[in-house]
Amino acid sequence: MATHKTLGESLREHGVTRRGFLKFCAATASMMALPPTMTSAIAAALEKARRPSVIWLSFQECTGCTESLTRSHSPTVENLILDVISLDYHHTLQAASGDAAEEARLQAMKENWGSYLVVVDGSLPGPGSNMGYSTIAGHSNLDILKETVEGAAAVVAVGTCAAFGGLPRAHPNPTGAVAVQDIITNKPIINVSGCPPIPTVITGVLAQYLTFGTLPEMDGYKRPLAFFGQSIHDRCYRRPFYDKGLFAETFDDEGARAGWCLYRLGCKGPSTYNACATMRWNAGTSWPVESGHPCLGCSEPDFWDAGSFYQALSVPMANPTNTMVAAGIAGAVIGGVGATMAKKQQQQAVAKRQPVTIEELEQKL
Amino acid sequence: MSTPMEFLLWTKGPMFDWAIAIFALGMLARLVEIFWLGRKPDYAEARGSEWGPGFRTMISRSLADPGTFKRAGFDVLVGWIWHLGFLIVLFLFIPHIELIKSLLGLSWPGLPNPVIDAVTAVTLVGLVAALIHRLRDPVKQHLSTFEDYLVWVVTFLPVITGYIAYHRLVNPYPVALGLHILAVEILLIVLPFTKLTHMFTAFIARWYNGAIFGRKGVQS
Amino acid sequence: MSELSLERGLDALRAEIDAPVAAFFSSCVHCGLCAQACLFYLETGDPQYTPIKKLEPLRRVWEAEFTLFGRLKGLIGLNKKVTDEMLAEWEPLLYDSCTMCGRCSMICPVGNDIQYMIRKTREGMVASGHAPEGLITAAARAVRTGSPMGLKWKTLQVQIEHVEASSGLKVPVDVAGADYLVLLSSMEIINFPEYLEAITKIFDHAGLTWTLSTDCYEATNAGIQIGNKDIAATLVQRIVDAAIKLKVKNVISPECGHAYTAVRWEGPNLIGKSYPFRVFHIIEVLDELRASGRIKTEGKEMDRLSMHDPCNLARKSGVIQQQRNLMDLVADNFVDLKEHGRYQWCCGAGGGVSSNERAAELKMTAFKRKKAQIEEVAPERMVTMCATCRTQLEEGLEEFNMDIPVVGLTELIAEHLVEK
Repeated sequence: MATHKTLGESLREHGVTRRGFLKFCAATASMMALPPTMTSAIAAALEKARRPSVIWLSFQECTGCTESLTRSHSPTVENLILDVISLDYHHTLQAASGDAAEEARLQAMKENWGSYLVVVDGSLPGPGSNMGYSTIAGHSNLDILKETVEGAAAVVAVGTCAAFGGLPRAHPNPTGAVAVQDIITNKPIINVSGCPPIPTVITGVLAQYLTFGTLPEMDGYKRPLAFFGQSIHDRCYRRPFYDKGLFAETFDDEGARAGWCLYRLGCKGPSTYNACATMRWNAGTSWPVESGHPCLGCSEPDFWDAGSFYQALSVPMANPTNTMVAAGIAGAVIGGVGATMAKKQQQQAVAKRQPVTIEELEQKL
Repeated sequence: MSTPMEFLLWTKGPMFDWAIAIFALGMLARLVEIFWLGRKPDYAEARGSEWGPGFRTMISRSLADPGTFKRAGFDVLVGWIWHLGFLIVLFLFIPHIELIKSLLGLSWPGLPNPVIDAVTAVTLVGLVAALIHRLRDPVKQHLSTFEDYLVWVVTFLPVITGYIAYHRLVNPYPVALGLHILAVEILLIVLPFTKLTHMFTAFIARWYNGAIFGRKGVQS
Repeated sequence: MSELSLERGLDALRAEIDAPVAAFFSSCVHCGLCAQACLFYLETGDPQYTPIKKLEPLRRVWEAEFTLFGRLKGLIGLNKKVTDEMLAEWEPLLYDSCTMCGRCSMICPVGNDIQYMIRKTREGMVASGHAPEGLITAAARAVRTGSPMGLKWKTLQVQIEHVEASSGLKVPVDVAGADYLVLLSSMEIINFPEYLEAITKIFDHAGLTWTLSTDCYEATNAGIQIGNKDIAATLVQRIVDAAIKLKVKNVISPECGHAYTAVRWEGPNLIGKSYPFRVFHIIEVLDELRASGRIKTEGKEMDRLSMHDPCNLARKSGVIQQQRNLMDLVADNFVDLKEHGRYQWCCGAGGGVSSNERAAELKMTAFKRKKAQIEEVAPERMVTMCATCRTQLEEGLEEFNMDIPVVGLTELIAEHLVEK
């Protein structure tokens, strides 16, 4: 429920010391690659910030994004962020259910019209699909999205499903799943992709928006450059091994145990843009590559259909061997037919050949 | 094709199928068109054999004789350099080996990436040198047609796009990689209908050359 | 009377296309290195003499009718046609600036046997009526009289008598069952009569049986020069008939280049079957005699000698070591030209060029390649085993004021025979 306390008031209420608060602001500044001098600006802004209303819509999702978000590595502050943004609607985290929950959503929209944030996780069945695949309270995801976003200040699509369609959109896409940006074209959108996104990436984006009230600098996929501007490959600690040409070839060979590059085991790091290599997961404990597993490329569109997770990036997706054999046979037949025709022409030429005679040659003198 | 990833996946998916299909169809057609014609029987008494000399020439013709090397050394060297470079990069760069492994089940050790990088740079220079030579040498000018320049472009593009992709000079990476794969696909499609068939037919031609001369007792 | 026509020419080209031709044209990458092997290009600097380009008529037929893409292009009219004008334009390229020496075939990096295809393209040229006057008249004389120079037996008869008188030996004529039927070339008979005397002496010395034939004594083949299988077959058939009639086991081709190619390599295919006899070049026979100890020589030439390998003998037939073995017998100071054997340079007169008056100036220009080779080695005399090469060398050396006599290898051997 939205209150009219400022963020600063709210934090003090929760016993967060000034020192703790400033530590958070410094961490946020550094995460967004802002200079340390911005800390006080962030602190001042957050101090005064009204807890904006956030409406979290969950569509065709696995709840992994929410799980990720709640895996905080500085529990006090992350939880506070949750308290501090007025999370007025969230299937998993809210207390209310049923009609009361829907009522809460509509109420929040009305009271904060024009200034609330809509966060979406999960893809949704697009126009032309059977809406029955995903409904809430009898309403289609599509209708809810359009209705809810109408008064929003901005939309944050959390997770690859919301940002790009994700798993439901993978071939053959039975539900006709589409991404949020495929439906919403008249509101600012920030895509925070990842399957799931790193927790601090989610909160960092929210913190940025709270602090500045503006959209961050984004890439061509509308993802914040602060977290998605570098490829895994360019920040991977195993890059020297790639460069030297030292690769693990199986999951337990000498190279794997020595921590060599996982390119040959299917790592999609080169084409994946995310912060895993720097921020890592579980409070910086580790991340897939460090644990010895190739990057799946989960923050990229269509990563489920982008070829096997365990075949190198350079391997094509289809099985062209069959194509090659079939086309080769077709070619051999065509060539055979053509050559036979040509040989027949030759035989005709030979059959109707008149020997050249001296007399004929002398005619040309 | 509206996003970089869609473009990359298209080049790795349906476009690859098409390119391989056209290449296989065209190349097999060309090979059958050659072999089906056969040769008339030779009733003259042979002085030597055909098979041994044929196979020998398949390899030995790669080396220019000293006289030709002296007279056209630049041409011979540039040809060697860029062909060798191209083959080294194609067959000894680990991501390429993975590709070949997935297609044919064969694999072999590769070279370290920085070595391949250096070889690629040299190959690019070699290709440019070859083009300049074609533009300036009177004999090449007398022979050259539009096809020669088209073939140069479709040969150059895979190398330059590969270089660009490896160095991530174009962002985002899926675009760079997709362009490289597309460039290779264009090469595959154009191949069977141009002089690029020499990749395969030169060995046939060399065999026939060795065989014809070998039958007469001459090592060619 | 029927006429030679473009259509007949195209048919002839069509009939010539086989698997090697298809492989060759598929492989040409327009590298131009063949020009570096062609004495006509090197001595004129004119790219029009680039060997592979000389084959353009054949290549166009191949592309348009023997390839998938060519046929597709043909459907939308994109193929360049072979026309009478084009063939007329190509005639000097194929006849004046090519001796079919085969050096380009040796050099081509993708393995194209360009010489092989030149021979085939000439078939199309003749059938369409595009061939040099000199070759047409030579062919006419050869078919009608048996000799391209119109030489008759009675002229040869005079020479035979002269040889018999001079040597005291008999020159066998029409002797059935001899081991060897000896053929001659008109050029030799007229310009280098010492050849006949030389072989008479050597064969007597070595004790082998041989004979001339009044039915056929001419080895040269104007049909091969002009590039027409009908005329070539007619001329070869005479040799075959004579050999069969006299029941000889072997036929000897004289000191000539293309004659050897005609009888030894093309002949059986022209008549469509293997010979019931074997064919050798005189040099092969002499070397065989040397190796089996049947030639005993004494004394050596002491001056600095070098050798010109006739293309048809060395590069195109593999007779390379034999002449050197023979030189070792009779030369004390022999030095090879730098590029010799299979990489030797053509004298510039073979393949019909010497019969082609239109090509006279170009032929002399091309000779400069040989001249450069000779200058590099600076011999006092040159030795060779082909009458056409010998004539070209003599004329060329004279043209450039180089005082270097040219001798035939057979006569050199004969001069050093140990008297019995």
